[in-house]
Amino acid sequence: MANVAIPLGSNRLERTRSIRERIDIPRRVTLIAAILVVLVVALLLAFIGIRGTRMFFEGGVPLTQIFSATWDPGADPGQQTFGLLPFILGTIGVMVVAAIIAAPLSIGLAIFMSEIAPDWARNITRPAMEVFVGIPSVVYGFLGANVLVDVLRSNFHQQFPLGYSWFAGSLVLSIMILPTITSIAYDALITVPGELRTGSLALGTTRWQMIRHILLPAARAGLMTAVILGMLRAAGEALAVQMVIGNRAIVPTGIGQPIITLTSGITLDMGNTTDNQVWNMALWTMGLILLLMSLTFVFLARRIGRRGAAI
Amino acid sequence: MIDRTWRHGALVAIASLFILSACGTNGASQPPSAASVAPAMSASADTGASASAGAGGSTAAVTCATGSITAAGSTALQPLVDKAGKDFVAACSGAQIQVQGGGSGTGLTQVSQGAVQIGNSDVTAESKLASPDASALVDHVVAKQGWVAVVNTGVTGVTNLTTQQSIDIWTGRVTNWKDVGGPDVPIVLVLRPASSGTRSVYKKIVLGGAAEATGQALTEDSNGAVVTAVKGTPGAISVIGFAYYQQNLGQVTALQLDGVDATVDNMKAGTYKLAADGHMYTKGQPDGLTKAFLDYMLGPTVQGTTIPSLNYAPVK
Repeated sequence: MANVAIPLGSNRLERTRSIRERIDIPRRVTLIAAILVVLVVALLLAFIGIRGTRMFFEGGVPLTQIFSATWDPGADPGQQTFGLLPFILGTIGVMVVAAIIAAPLSIGLAIFMSEIAPDWARNITRPAMEVFVGIPSVVYGFLGANVLVDVLRSNFHQQFPLGYSWFAGSLVLSIMILPTITSIAYDALITVPGELRTGSLALGTTRWQMIRHILLPAARAGLMTAVILGMLRAAGEALAVQMVIGNRAIVPTGIGQPIITLTSGITLDMGNTTDNQVWNMALWTMGLILLLMSLTFVFLARRIGRRGAAI
Repeated sequence: MIDRTWRHGALVAIASLFILSACGTNGASQPPSAASVAPAMSASADTGASASAGAGGSTAAVTCATGSITAAGSTALQPLVDKAGKDFVAACSGAQIQVQGGGSGTGLTQVSQGAVQIGNSDVTAESKLASPDASALVDHVVAKQGWVAVVNTGVTGVTNLTTQQSIDIWTGRVTNWKDVGGPDVPIVLVLRPASSGTRSVYKKIVLGGAAEATGQALTEDSNGAVVTAVKGTPGAISVIGFAYYQQNLGQVTALQLDGVDATVDNMKAGTYKLAADGHMYTKGQPDGLTKAFLDYMLGPTVQGTTIPSLNYAPVK
């Protein structure tokens, strides 16, 4: 952005100072905007970093306790345990299974849209995807809690005795991240140069061979970025997951049982704990852990993706 | 490029519409139906001097004051405060009262920090806040609220649980309905989060402090989500506020506690024990509109009409 202004400044046609200043206004405005955004992000990180570590400094909870599997913050003072392992593993588990369900579907859909679909089909699928993005998560959660949970419990009672389960959470999430992965994967596929396609076809490959051996390897980085950003969205989703997952603070062992995630742990107790309770500090710590996980994913996506502005 | 930008803009607009409408729906699903609110007080003699220029509406049985205040906190108490707030504002032009939920802890924190004028809570400030903060707050008990144990309608043959049976179920010692006279169906315990006012009241009054079997339970964060879970899950049991039970009659089955029906009358008589005070805390002694509103909460209109109509019990 900023370098747009440089050719204007070094323009050989010497103008008066006032005109140069006027030309400079957009540059200053955008610079201020950029500084503000960076400042907000930095303050946010600092704030959550400070609040998220209060549990250890002020609350006197040993750092290692967060890797305990026992979450019992409501016990008498001195007996409380703030084990966050069920939440951390729950978040990772829900996210990974959601990605396993959604990634093949989304990448398949992206291939269809970029390589196979005739124009009219593309004209339907593309807006349909965008509508998908616009559906608020509470609607997914509402459908999940009222329909999906019932369907799982009635038809697969052996595997899902309660319906509320890890799998239900992952399934709802997979639908929510489908458009995210699809649209980034689609962008990755259409940026593969057309010469590669025509060259491959000219050598006598079938369309499938071209997709399988030329297109997918060429777009691999972009596709991985797509899946990672999809998982990032999955990790941060709170409402829809909380409504179908059952919120049982145990270390997950099977996809048919109720588990809990960091986000649902925060939203469940947020309204009923107060500022100086260690319990409340533990919720901030959960937020910090979630933030660190997100940062890791963003970092990974940037490492892998050649195009940084994918978000 | 332009096309793309435009489409993204449109998308954001559509998305925000969705979000807005979702919020609207959420608000509307709160217990008191805003549309049906009619000022409960009819014009009668002015019971006191207006605290300040109460404009035209001060002829009702309410002492008006002007200004703007916010009450936040307990969702169990919210239906009552919301209704009373609307009635008060309808009678007093120049007064604005915002009523928000957020939970008892939020109410106490916010009133303690001065962010709101009134903090609603199911539990005492002493149980949530550090002592210097708690002692700065003034407690106003405005109503008595009751909770009732509800089960899935498929659980037949069980109409009553004794305190001991409740303890056995909640602590996970009894895990099948056949052990308490019901069908051969596993018991599914649906809890509110451990920090919830409802859960701590139940734990104190019925369980005598015994720890719930959280490792076998579902946890849902609101009365609405609890009703959905109990309604849909065979063998499910949970506890909800009276007002929420009244709205879901027929969807779930209410149980007696120690042979006593969960009714407002029994709660008033003291025979139904699963009840607790609804607190409205202020930081220091209230004044102005805050005082006028709390006086109204404790006055004859709210105590005599609003409270019974919403299934709370009056304190006066």
